This record gives sequence, structure tokens and C-alpha cells, in this order.
Amino acid sequence: MKAKKTVGALVMNIATWMISLVVLIPLVVVLLNSFKTQAESNSMSLSLPAQWMFENYAKVIEQGKLIGSFLNSFLYATCSVTLIIILVAAAAFVLSRNTSKLNRFMYYFIIAGIAMPINNVALMEVMKITHLVNTRVGIILLYAAVNIPLSLFLGYGFINTIPKEVDEAAVIDGCTPFMLFVKIILPLLKPILSTLFILNFMTVWNDFTMPLYFLSNSDQWPMTLAVYNFFGAFERSWNLVSADIVLTLLPVFIIFILGQKYIVGGISSGAVKG
Amino acid sequence: MNVKKTYPWYFALGAIIIYFILCFLPGVVGLFYSLTDWNAYSKEVNYIGFKNYLDIFKGNSQYGTFIWNTLTFTLVTTILKTVVGLGMALLLTNKLIKLSSFHRMVVFSPQVMSYLVVGLVFKSLLHPSTGFVNNFLAGVGLEFMKRNWLTDLHLAFNTVMTVDTWKGAGYIMVIMIAALQSISPTYYEAAGIDGASYWHKFRYITFPLLKPIIINATILNVTYGLRVFDMVYALTNGGPGNATGVINTAVYKEFSRGNYAMGTTLSSVLFIFVLAILYFIIKAMENKEVDA
Repeated sequence: MKAKKTVGALVMNIATWMISLVVLIPLVVVLLNSFKTQAESNSMSLSLPAQWMFENYAKVIEQGKLIGSFLNSFLYATCSVTLIIILVAAAAFVLSRNTSKLNRFMYYFIIAGIAMPINNVALMEVMKITHLVNTRVGIILLYAAVNIPLSLFLGYGFINTIPKEVDEAAVIDGCTPFMLFVKIILPLLKPILSTLFILNFMTVWNDFTMPLYFLSNSDQWPMTLAVYNFFGAFERSWNLVSADIVLTLLPVFIIFILGQKYIVGGISSGAVKG
Repeated sequence: MNVKKTYPWYFALGAIIIYFILCFLPGVVGLFYSLTDWNAYSKEVNYIGFKNYLDIFKGNSQYGTFIWNTLTFTLVTTILKTVVGLGMALLLTNKLIKLSSFHRMVVFSPQVMSYLVVGLVFKSLLHPSTGFVNNFLAGVGLEFMKRNWLTDLHLAFNTVMTVDTWKGAGYIMVIMIAALQSISPTYYEAAGIDGASYWHKFRYITFPLLKPIIINATILNVTYGLRVFDMVYALTNGGPGNATGVINTAVYKEFSRGNYAMGTTLSSVLFIFVLAILYFIIKAMENKEVDA
């Protein structure tokens, strides 16, 4: 019996390692490839580079316009996420506290956006009319808009866990609605707002569709669009392409490692508690 | 306490306005434009009734392929991600597994990468002559298994769906792990005393208690699958031919050709379809019984 259990454990551990390797190997191959010479990188393998070409990275940063696009991505992500957090916290607060018929409707109207597809062709027309197309402000507002539904859904669920008595006490003590929100509610929302910050930051950072449609000027491109273009232009130089991919992945991996708790926690609570 | 005064409605205004103008309005405007011949080459926009829709659904048009591919993609990736995600969650919550938090982190990590970058990574790995996969197969003596993964007419779509599962399964796994950990161990202890086998415990305890989460995961996967764009665009851009084209890659193609009316019609087909199932999606998201 005991022997059987040990064999079982061994098989399961091996299976787990196989799965992890399936995930890890592609990433390791790209990482190794990014340090190779062009000739060596032409046959991708798990072997270590014969000669470590650190200058690949310098070349990519210069030719791939990586610094500019990094700053663009950073700008779009921080601004739109800040906007999302302010708008969602305020909206979730009043919509979940005052459940009038109209407010219920508004809530469902917005969270329907979690599932509804965006009509990008017609959106182009709306963006043109509002003069938002090909502008940084436009893309930031757009990111805020498309990410509001899921954020509102998560924020709304969280506010429901804060007892209403808190508000009542504050109002009796003479709080105005604005003070109640800023001084009492916002500090209590910190955990969910951190989760929303990280989740939305990564969503915006990783998005590719919006700039593809709505930013035609390459100076305004975020990293995803820059790396896609670089891939097209340097398809023969796998080493440079790999280095570009590594540099694009680096920021999100750093955020992932630092904010793992919030990411996993946010995803789980969103789905499990609803 | 006056509810209306304490919770002023205008707090919600910012979110509503921005969502209304940039998400809802385009959907509705798009529905109107889908009844016209709107394009990049003439200033005039004429009403043409349901002609665009007829073009999509009549006969064996290429548009039919895109809709069929989108549905196939949604169905297959949803099943794959749920099965793989649940399997890995069961494996990684097993006490016999060493280093399970390390493995969890590894399997989850593709989730933080953008779909586009994952697409590019695999486009390079699956390159027929220089890619890692074919080199590896040749290296271990499996020369006969080398394929044109992304350019073979019959294989490309399966490859795309597999890569998408590679990226998405870790997310489902994390959700499932959270759900598994919320199941009280006393159920299993009681069942163990009654002599239940592993399979019986799964069938009669784990599975019924996981059902709401499986429904949630399915919603996530279905709404993603119907809207998929980045992954297909990066890997194959719909090719070879139209073999891997889905609705949103077709929309982009029509859009870049200036064929706006067809682009917005394809989008509208998706819009109407999701609208039709929206009630069930929202009910399921709120973990309520679907009673309709």
C-alpha cells in the first residue's frame, strides 16, 4: 500500500513538472535566443549561446523605439487606471448604497459591458466626431471606458461588504456626502482598489487592439504595437526579435512578481464570490 | 437618513457618460450603419436594408467561415481551458505535490503576458524551418512529426487554439484552486469514513460544489472566445486563406479595406448574439439560479 502511494506521488510530481516545462521552455528558448548572434539564432534551440551578445539589447532599444513606446504604455496605463479607480469607486458607492430602480438599471447597463463586444468600426466614427482619434487623451479615455464594467462589478461587490451603519454614524456626525465618500469609504476600499489598479494596469499595458485602430502615429504607439511592428520589420533576425519580446515582457513580469497577491486574490474573488 | 441625499446620483455620472459614449453608443450606431453601404470611397451613405446581413448568411460566403470559426474557437478553447485548468487545479492542490506554489506561479505566468506577445513567441517557435518545435522534434529523432504548424490549411486552426489554451488555462486553474480551497475538508473526511473512493469524492462532493465556478469560468471563456482578435492576428492573421479567420480579424480586414459597412455588420452580428445570451451571462455572474 505504501509503495503504491509513493509511486503515485512520483507519477504526479513528474506530470506536474512536465506541465510546468511546457510553460517554461518556450520562454526560456526566447530568453536564450535573445543573447545569440543572428546566425546562431536562426535555428532555435535550448542550447546556451556560443557567444553572449548583450549588444542585441542595445540595438533593439535603439531601433525598436522602445524607450518612447515604454513611456507611452506607462502614460496610458497610469492615467487610464487612475481615471477608472476614481470613477468606479464613486459610482460603485452610490449605486450599491441607493438601490433605486434607476440605479439598478444603471448598474446592469454598465456591467453588461463585461460581455458586450466593442464595435470598433463605429467607434472610429464616434472618436472622429469627438476629436479623440489619434490623440493620447482619446486612447486613455477609451481604455477607461472599456475597463469600467468589470471594475464596477468587482467594486460594487466589495462595497456591499461594508456595513451601512458606518455611513449612518458618519452622517449623524455631520459628514457631507463628499466627506463621507473621501474620508470614510475610500480608505475602506483600499484592498479592492489595489486589486483594480494592478489588474487594469496589466490589461491596458497588454492591449493591442485599441492602438491598432485608433493611433496611426508611431510616436504615440505603446509597447505592444511597437513590438509587433518590429517583428514585421526584422523577421529574419530572430535574436533581435527575441530581445524585443523579452524587453516587452519584463515590466509585466516585475509587476506580476511584486503584486502576485493582489492579482491572484483579485481574480479569485471576482470569480468565486462574484 | 435621506438615502437620496447621502448618495448623490451624480457620483455615478462620470462612469456612465464615458461608458455610454465610448462603449454603448458605437454598438448602437454600428447597428444603424450595418443597414447602409457605408465605405471609405464615397461621402454618401445609402440605406440598403438587410443586404449586408444577407451577404453574410446566404450561401457559402467567406463570412460564414468566419462565424463558424469563431463559434468553433469559442467552444473548443472553452472546453480545453476548463478541462486543463480543472485538472491542473486538482493536481496542484494535492498534498503529495512538492513545490506546488512554484508550479502554480509558473502555470499562471502566461496570463500576465499580452496575447499579442504570446502570439509572437509562438510564431517564432513554430516557424517551419528555424523554429524551436521542429528543430526539437528533429533533434530527438521524431523527424516525421515536423509540420508547418501555422501554414498548413488543416492544422493552423488547431495550432491557434492550442496556443490560446497554453495562455489561458492558468487563469482558469487559479480560479479553480480558490474554489477547491473553499470546500470544507470535513466533507472529504466524512466521505472517507464512509469508504468513498477518490472518484466518488470528486463526483459527489467536488464537482457539485465547483459547479458555480465552472459556470463562471465558462462565461469568461465564452465571452473571450467570441471576441478573440490579438492571438489570431499575431499568429496567422486569419491565414492560410481564411482557414483561421474569426469575426474580429475579418472586421479589421474589412475596416482596413475601407469596407466599413461590412465591418460594422460583422460586429453587429456578434453584438446581437451576445445581447441574446446576456441575461444568462449576468445571472450566472451573480451566482444566481438561472430560471428562464
